[in-house]
Amino acid sequence: MNLLWLIPAFPIAGFLFLALAGTRLSRRAVSIVGAGSVGLSALVSLWIAGQFFVSPPAGYAYTQTIWNWLDVGSLHLPIAFYLDPLSLIMTLVVTCVGFLIHVYSAGYMSEDEDISRFFAYMNLFVASMVTLLLASNLVLLLLGWEGVGLCSYLLIGFWYRDPANGYAGRKAFIVTRVGDTSMLIGLFLLYRHLGTLDIQTLMARAAHQWPVGSPLAVAAGLLLLGGAVGKSAQLPLQTWLPDAMAGPTPTSALIHAATMVTAGVYLIARMHVIYQLAPSAQFTVGVVGAATLTLAGFSALTQPDIKRALAYSTVSQIGYMFLALGVGAWSAAIFHFMTHAFFKALLFLGAGMIIESLHHEQNMFKMGGLRKELPVVFWTFLIAGCALAGVPLVTAGFYSKGLIVWQAEASSAGRWGFWLVAVFGVFLTSAYTFRIIFLTFFGEAKSHVHKRPGLAMTVPCIVLAVLSLVGGFVKTPEFLGNIHLFTDFLHHALPPVAVAHARAMSELASEGWVTLALIVGFAVAYFCYIERPEFTASLTRSALGNALHRFWKSDWGMDWLYDRLLVWPVMWFARVDAGDAVDSIYTGIARLCEWFYQGVRRTETGQIRWYAAAIAFGTLIFVAVVLFL
Amino acid sequence: MMLVWLIVILLAAGVVAWLGGRRSAAWARWVSLLAVLADLIWAVAFWLRHPAQAEILPQGHWLAQFNVAWVPQLGIRFHLAMDGLSLLMVVLTLFIGVMAVLCSWREIQTGVGFYHFNLMWILAGILGVFLAVDLFLFYFAWELMLVPMYFLIAIWGHERRVYAAIKFFIFTQLSGLLMLLAILALYFIHHRATGVYTFEYSALLGTPLSQRTALLLMLGFFVAFAVKLPMFPFHPWLPDAHTEAPTAGSLILAGLLLKTGAYGMIRFVIPLFPQAAHQFAPVAMTLAVVGILYGAVLAYGQRDFKRMVAYTSVSHLGFVLLGIFAWNTLALEGAVVGMIAHALSTGALFMLVGQLYERTHTRDLTRLGGLWSTAPVLSGVGMFFMLGSVGLPGLGDFVGEFLVLLGTYRLHPILTALATVGVLASTFYGVQMVQRAFHGPNVHQWKIADLKGRELLIMAPMIALLLWLGLYPLPVLKTFAPAWKGLERTTRSLTAAARR
Repeated sequence: MNLLWLIPAFPIAGFLFLALAGTRLSRRAVSIVGAGSVGLSALVSLWIAGQFFVSPPAGYAYTQTIWNWLDVGSLHLPIAFYLDPLSLIMTLVVTCVGFLIHVYSAGYMSEDEDISRFFAYMNLFVASMVTLLLASNLVLLLLGWEGVGLCSYLLIGFWYRDPANGYAGRKAFIVTRVGDTSMLIGLFLLYRHLGTLDIQTLMARAAHQWPVGSPLAVAAGLLLLGGAVGKSAQLPLQTWLPDAMAGPTPTSALIHAATMVTAGVYLIARMHVIYQLAPSAQFTVGVVGAATLTLAGFSALTQPDIKRALAYSTVSQIGYMFLALGVGAWSAAIFHFMTHAFFKALLFLGAGMIIESLHHEQNMFKMGGLRKELPVVFWTFLIAGCALAGVPLVTAGFYSKGLIVWQAEASSAGRWGFWLVAVFGVFLTSAYTFRIIFLTFFGEAKSHVHKRPGLAMTVPCIVLAVLSLVGGFVKTPEFLGNIHLFTDFLHHALPPVAVAHARAMSELASEGWVTLALIVGFAVAYFCYIERPEFTASLTRSALGNALHRFWKSDWGMDWLYDRLLVWPVMWFARVDAGDAVDSIYTGIARLCEWFYQGVRRTETGQIRWYAAAIAFGTLIFVAVVLFL
Repeated sequence: MMLVWLIVILLAAGVVAWLGGRRSAAWARWVSLLAVLADLIWAVAFWLRHPAQAEILPQGHWLAQFNVAWVPQLGIRFHLAMDGLSLLMVVLTLFIGVMAVLCSWREIQTGVGFYHFNLMWILAGILGVFLAVDLFLFYFAWELMLVPMYFLIAIWGHERRVYAAIKFFIFTQLSGLLMLLAILALYFIHHRATGVYTFEYSALLGTPLSQRTALLLMLGFFVAFAVKLPMFPFHPWLPDAHTEAPTAGSLILAGLLLKTGAYGMIRFVIPLFPQAAHQFAPVAMTLAVVGILYGAVLAYGQRDFKRMVAYTSVSHLGFVLLGIFAWNTLALEGAVVGMIAHALSTGALFMLVGQLYERTHTRDLTRLGGLWSTAPVLSGVGMFFMLGSVGLPGLGDFVGEFLVLLGTYRLHPILTALATVGVLASTFYGVQMVQRAFHGPNVHQWKIADLKGRELLIMAPMIALLLWLGLYPLPVLKTFAPAWKGLERTTRSLTAAARR
């Protein structure tokens, strides 16, 4: 357990080594250092997890202080790591999935001239992400939080020669930092009223000092939620994620699907006591989740670009996690985080192989018929797709999403409306997932496959495919074996969901509706893209269909709105006032002095009569003043 | 005694460099470098020996001091003294001083001797400002650093150097006059109350003043320091001076001269006039927040690389001012860390612009672009200091800004929230700068040499120190803590006495 510090230390060492000496190494050595450091980190976390299961520390929590960071007055902030079931599970997923994606990257990026920079950034990302997860206080968490944001920015704009990539990176950095501003203010508020920033002490003090429904708890909850929606690309700050797909595909898989974007979910789960004390803030979390999962689902249905479609799917699935948090189904949210990390990473890795084998073609309408050409890709992608849609019994997504849908109603904080939206979301998910699969792998081949993925790329995909299938068996519904290994373990860190038995619908009924929605979604996708594609085309050509299509495709017009409301005014002011209006006050004074000087100078003519007249006139006035006043 | 040697060594080195510099430029450079290095080594050794136990008290317990009569008839003493705050500032001054000599090594090729004379005398003046506790001596040092700075800008600057130098001179000179008036008024009022003529800081503390007089005198000091800081709306001299000055000039302006303003606020404005300052605090803090936001947005709008960095200073020093007028432990510790971190990150950015200018002969951001592919190390270093500037946790600026905001929140939540938006606004110019200079296509086909040798030698310690300040700022916090306790106790007892 005291090896905990090694989990972030290995990737940091990898980053430093690659940043300082990376350009002098061969590509192979760079890949070995880059993937190896994360591999070691994954091994350490597996080892620690083993220890944790076999002989859990007292109170299921272990703290390791590395050094004293800030110590001012009553503020004590150490660099310290806190390991409990919540941070352990997330760290395991991040390091293990991270390692698989690093191995994949060794193949994917092998021809890129900047491979050492790529792996340096990726290692820094993993280090920041585990720091975020293991942080024992909110400021260290913020360090990891901003660190992953930085890596996200760097990696989205990795191919920096294209200005569009730089734009996407900047947008991601700035939009997530809008959320961070709210989170920072939340931190100030928490410190002001609770006198600490250590997470566990904070939770204890909040529970002790604040009554349920306390306005301070609500304010804190909403401010932290601001940070969470920024990082996790939820309404109203979701606009950056689809653009973030400009980065290399392994980046999209690791950062913008599996790990970083779920940091908001982690933050809210970590701070769950605040939300228990602030039911209205928690309800807001649920509403954000429900709204996001539907809106993003519609947007996913309309994207022609495979990566953008997957990006909207990510936004939508994180919406499910927020919904779960909003009804107090903490473990369900983390369960869905885990399975989602498996299958969504796999979907992106599959998309990466497709794109690469088709000369960087990302438009799904130019793909098709890849089933026979890329069998490994097809089968792994199909498995991941089924897991995403939640195909019953055999896939991990079925168990995690089913749990959320049921608890959206069954939890004491649950509501009928939430359940209804969640089931509708299953329909949307199934429809857009099979749309992607049908468009890329079925129908006629429209592009020629010029390259097949190597082992470094396919092996991680196969591992992830297996995980996408079996990853759900750690928590199954009552009527299906009733395994609750996962939730039992998490309940040492997160409270179990309070099921309102009196009114709750049965789990079996809920799963039945979910399966029905899934089948309907599949049928719609089949009808629209296999059976009658010409019907779909005519639908998007009709006036109403076209308008809706454009509206959804452009993310419900939110970019358009933000540009006009926020971006342009700032840019306009910066441009208009580039010369600094304040300066003109001072130059104005200077002008005035000069003007006065010019005026006085005119009197100095050099002519005697002029001077004599002036003296006489002056004397006259002087005498007059003396005489008459 | 050592304190006076610190200053004398620099003054003497300046003269020697000037005289010897006529024959050999290398002589001037080496003499200056060795003198500043010797001072720096002494100061750091002193710091290591004294992890700051002493506190400043009205009676005057200092870590070190030098006190002799200068003009006894007028009560003027040559009194230098050092507490934790001045110690930190002295170490910073000498460190930046070494960097200033090193970064002029190639850039300055004309009048090398006189240049180094000015450089040494500026540094000596700044040391005097940080160490003087006799107000007359303080004013003397304040003026001493001004004149050589004027020459530095006016002789070795860029295209509009004379305009910028005169603007700089008029702003600081006029505001300095206000301070002189306030000092003299305080001197006479103190005499009327006690019958003693003295400029001694610890004696003038707690001079009984009517509310109106205190506010007026406080404003006299405040304006002088606010111009130096620079506070909105007294900032317009800064973009011009920074932009036109040679690299070392910008480095010293940003790294040190601005800090004398902040130092003066902490040392003089609030302790001498605690109640008036307290009354005035909401105004000062509002202006600080306006400066934070205004500076950030204007930085975003600039095309000239140097001018852009200059406006970021307006924004960053806004945080320092905000922290000072919050006048509590968190905010003050934050302000001091912020001062040091700003000297490092902004100073390094100015050096980087200098190095870029030597290579490309342009500072126009729109004419740069895509430099990463030709000079990756230089671009990476630029990225690093940009991240410092935008307040990335783990680097020094974050610690400063975070502590300031944490300390200010309990007084003014709304102002704090607006200042936090300023942290966000720093992202705008930060990422835009990286995009325009280093990322994007290399449209103008730049092919430039990467950083190496001496340039790396300059950048490496700046990077290391900014990281150190961000990850382990305890030594700095602990050094300042006793000095702060002394200042706080002084103001508290004075306020209490005035209430009675």
